[in-house]
Amino acid sequence: MSYEPVIGLEIHAQLLTRSKIFCGCSTAFGAPPNTHVCPVCLGLPGALPVLNRQAVDFAIRTGLALGCRIQSRSIFARKNYFYPDLPKGYQISQYELPVAVDGALEWTSDGQTRRVGITRVHMEEDAGKSLHEGFADAARRSYVDFNRSGVPLVEIVTEPDLRSAADAADFFERLRAILVRIGVNDGNMEEGSLRCDANVSVRPAGATTLGTKAEVKNLNSFRFLQKALEYEIARQTELLEEGGTVTQETRLWDAAAGVTVSMRSKEEAHDYRYFPEPDLPPLVIDDARVEATRAALPELPAAREARYVAEFGLPKTDAATLVLRMPGLDDYFEATAQASGNPREAANTVLGLVRARMNDEGIGSVDALRAKLPEARLAELIGLVTRGEISRPVAKDVFDRMFASGEPAAAIVAREGLAQIDDEAAITAVIARVLAEQEDAVAQYRGGRTATFGFLVGQVMRATGGKANPKRVNALLRQALEAES
Amino acid sequence: MSAPDTAATLRDAVVSGARSAEEVCREALDRLERLDPALHAFNTVTAERALAGARDLDRRRAASPRALDSLPLAGVPVAVKDNLCTRGVRTTASSRILEHYVPPYDATIVTRLEGAGALIVGKTNCDEFAMGSSNENSAFGPVHNPWDRTRTPGGSSGGSAAAVAAGITPVAIGSDTGGSIRQPAALCGITGLKPSYGRVSRYGLIAFASSLDQIGPFARTAADAARLLDVMAGEDPRDATTAALPAPALQGALTGDVRGMRIGVPRRLLDQGLDPEVREAFLAALDVLRGRGTTLVDVELPRARYAIPVYYLVATAEASSNLARYDGVRYGFRAPGTSDTDLRTMYCRTRDLGFGPEVKRRIILGTYVLSAGYYDAYYLKAQQVRTLIRQDYDDAFTRTDVVALPTSPVPAFRLGERVDDPLQMYLNDVFTVSANLTGLPAISVPCGFTRGRLPIGLQLTGPGFDEAAILRVADAYERETGWWKEVPE
Repeated sequence: MSYEPVIGLEIHAQLLTRSKIFCGCSTAFGAPPNTHVCPVCLGLPGALPVLNRQAVDFAIRTGLALGCRIQSRSIFARKNYFYPDLPKGYQISQYELPVAVDGALEWTSDGQTRRVGITRVHMEEDAGKSLHEGFADAARRSYVDFNRSGVPLVEIVTEPDLRSAADAADFFERLRAILVRIGVNDGNMEEGSLRCDANVSVRPAGATTLGTKAEVKNLNSFRFLQKALEYEIARQTELLEEGGTVTQETRLWDAAAGVTVSMRSKEEAHDYRYFPEPDLPPLVIDDARVEATRAALPELPAAREARYVAEFGLPKTDAATLVLRMPGLDDYFEATAQASGNPREAANTVLGLVRARMNDEGIGSVDALRAKLPEARLAELIGLVTRGEISRPVAKDVFDRMFASGEPAAAIVAREGLAQIDDEAAITAVIARVLAEQEDAVAQYRGGRTATFGFLVGQVMRATGGKANPKRVNALLRQALEAES
Repeated sequence: MSAPDTAATLRDAVVSGARSAEEVCREALDRLERLDPALHAFNTVTAERALAGARDLDRRRAASPRALDSLPLAGVPVAVKDNLCTRGVRTTASSRILEHYVPPYDATIVTRLEGAGALIVGKTNCDEFAMGSSNENSAFGPVHNPWDRTRTPGGSSGGSAAAVAAGITPVAIGSDTGGSIRQPAALCGITGLKPSYGRVSRYGLIAFASSLDQIGPFARTAADAARLLDVMAGEDPRDATTAALPAPALQGALTGDVRGMRIGVPRRLLDQGLDPEVREAFLAALDVLRGRGTTLVDVELPRARYAIPVYYLVATAEASSNLARYDGVRYGFRAPGTSDTDLRTMYCRTRDLGFGPEVKRRIILGTYVLSAGYYDAYYLKAQQVRTLIRQDYDDAFTRTDVVALPTSPVPAFRLGERVDDPLQMYLNDVFTVSANLTGLPAISVPCGFTRGRLPIGLQLTGPGFDEAAILRVADAYERETGWWKEVPE
């Protein structure tokens, strides 16, 4: 019997507000522990939450970008449980009436349309962070940093519409691109500003009822998500094939070991005792606010991807890579394309030279890239290539120097004498010299082995230090070989 | 003892320069020192803070004779319930778990009172986390009623009520979740007002039940209560549940003229365990109001008889969540010897030793009420009935301007008399909890004494945000009667 996996995701995304969801403390990452705190986010006796308007706007934006209906009235609820990093003993979240419901995300992969329903988008506050390592007394004590306590989150819950680990990773990547594109999240999974849990079950192919699910936590990269799901699907399938049953439980992905391990069973699950948060009135969002937000939505990744193909003539895979692979790379590409006036050359350069160099130097974000090489600088280089002032091989050399020194491309070209040689007489002279040196090759060519032509072009380019205009070399060399035969 | 000065009298004396704020303050502190050992109304005395404030006022007036004119509470000594946060001053909620807790910030009303020139002389004893009707649930021992020290002052704001009744301060601040201002006001023979929910900021009030809690004044007169509420009331950007309404300017409402006003009397509620002497005083008070030109009308509040069970479901549910933060992790009490145990043991021992029996009872009840499988039957149903009770009052207010009831079914009972019967204790709140469930404003004013000279209170409930109506009636009643002038020996 073959089995089919059924997967739904729960994604937590930190909203890019400057202040926390219920107080004025900064949300900046990386400050010394417990410096961005106040009575409200520390849960001191008597402190009360006040809702951050910007966080609501971001939640509305998220809902709209995912095709959801924004509820005119939503309510906050308390999720009660004890943990040292949860200062009030409850998390303020939304439960029965979330801010947005009933959306969907659609995309095409391998020529097939995928559709994943979005059950709900709700707002909540983040907890603090427990620290168990890096202290002299870490064996006996844990520490808590409350800087993150009260940072606004949206939780996005999908329908169980995903049918493979690869699709799940694909979905998560597309979701990230949307969140980053609409400016509500920085897409940074390493710092935990985007986190994913998965509900996964398997069932006999063709069955219509759902199997028993496990919730897998700690899936904080696309690769981990895919690997953990692959592992979990295989584990559950194997269990069923051996005649066993899947236990409903929460499992943790152990990235080092490459396995999921049981964290708690259904019986040990918390009873969160949700009830409406009495300290916050219902959140009322009128149509005008929704429509204003909708009108201000930027072009979403799917539309952008299609435009790159239609308008710039980029291959589909290149368009997808630009839009999805790294937050903001599409903006970087567009600025470069516009400044250089040559989108295809810009795409090739960004996906080729730029990405390779980022990998080599471990540059992890577009902001860091921009600091090293602003779009305008890169566009100047592409302009030189476009206008034939330097050749592509030279362009790579200039790119490397530009990246290292930050100098403008034109200055490097001028100083190093790298300008493309386009002068007919000069190229003809070089060709004459090369043909004189390569008698054998010339003879072979004339004997009918035309493949030798490429070798001779290479020799001419080499003799000019790669600076000769390759098109011109082609034409003049062919001319010379034909003429002398 | 002669009748103590009102806040208005003291304030006018300080503003005019007839008396210095420091002198007024010292007198209050002296009374506190002299009287409190027998009353135990105060958990903490803040003499230095009060005197510093007084000297500041005196300096400002010395520099400019009209400097204090705009301060409605200049030099007025105030006692503040110990569940209201005071920056740098221990704030315990009369709980072991917060015995040494010092907040880093002031409650909004503390800032407003001090901004108006009030001098906070101390933090008053109360039932632990404001849970109780007799003050016997304080971790630090009960307050004694100034009229009879063997009896309860009521609760939970018993310390604030006793401080005013004993003449230590002319006014005090309490909080009222199910009657915790009005019932002790009644049992101590003074005036106590619970404002409409959302009228006064709760920021800095240690929460018991967030949808029911309101902060309000104790005073000897309706005019003083109005004066305090005018200072305390108003929208607060730190409390999202405060109403965006203009300042009520309540002092102007006290015209003494109540002719044509309709007083609604829900007579069917009067058979619920009402002490005969309380009934007698209540009916006599109605006669006085009729004599001032009001009309008595019968009103039905058919669902009000469910108020007690509804209240104890909603209040305990919210309390179980509000009190989860006292876990020994960040501040407050941690059970000795548990720092090196596992987390669960630390939690359990800390909360077992840190909370008193009534608080634990309510946390357990509230946790149960919210649990999966019980939520709909208890919490949800209670909220639905709560809405119906509010509808009953809304209906009544189409036919009447205020609703009158006794504040407490019984006068002050003896300390220790009811501690073993929590259900009987809960029934003390039968007339007061509806105002909290509905969010309506309600006031208790002195309306007589039992033959054993224990005070009795008349409660007036008004439409939402119409504190003016109940204060006007209370003031008119007070002008006609002298009960408010009586003081304990």
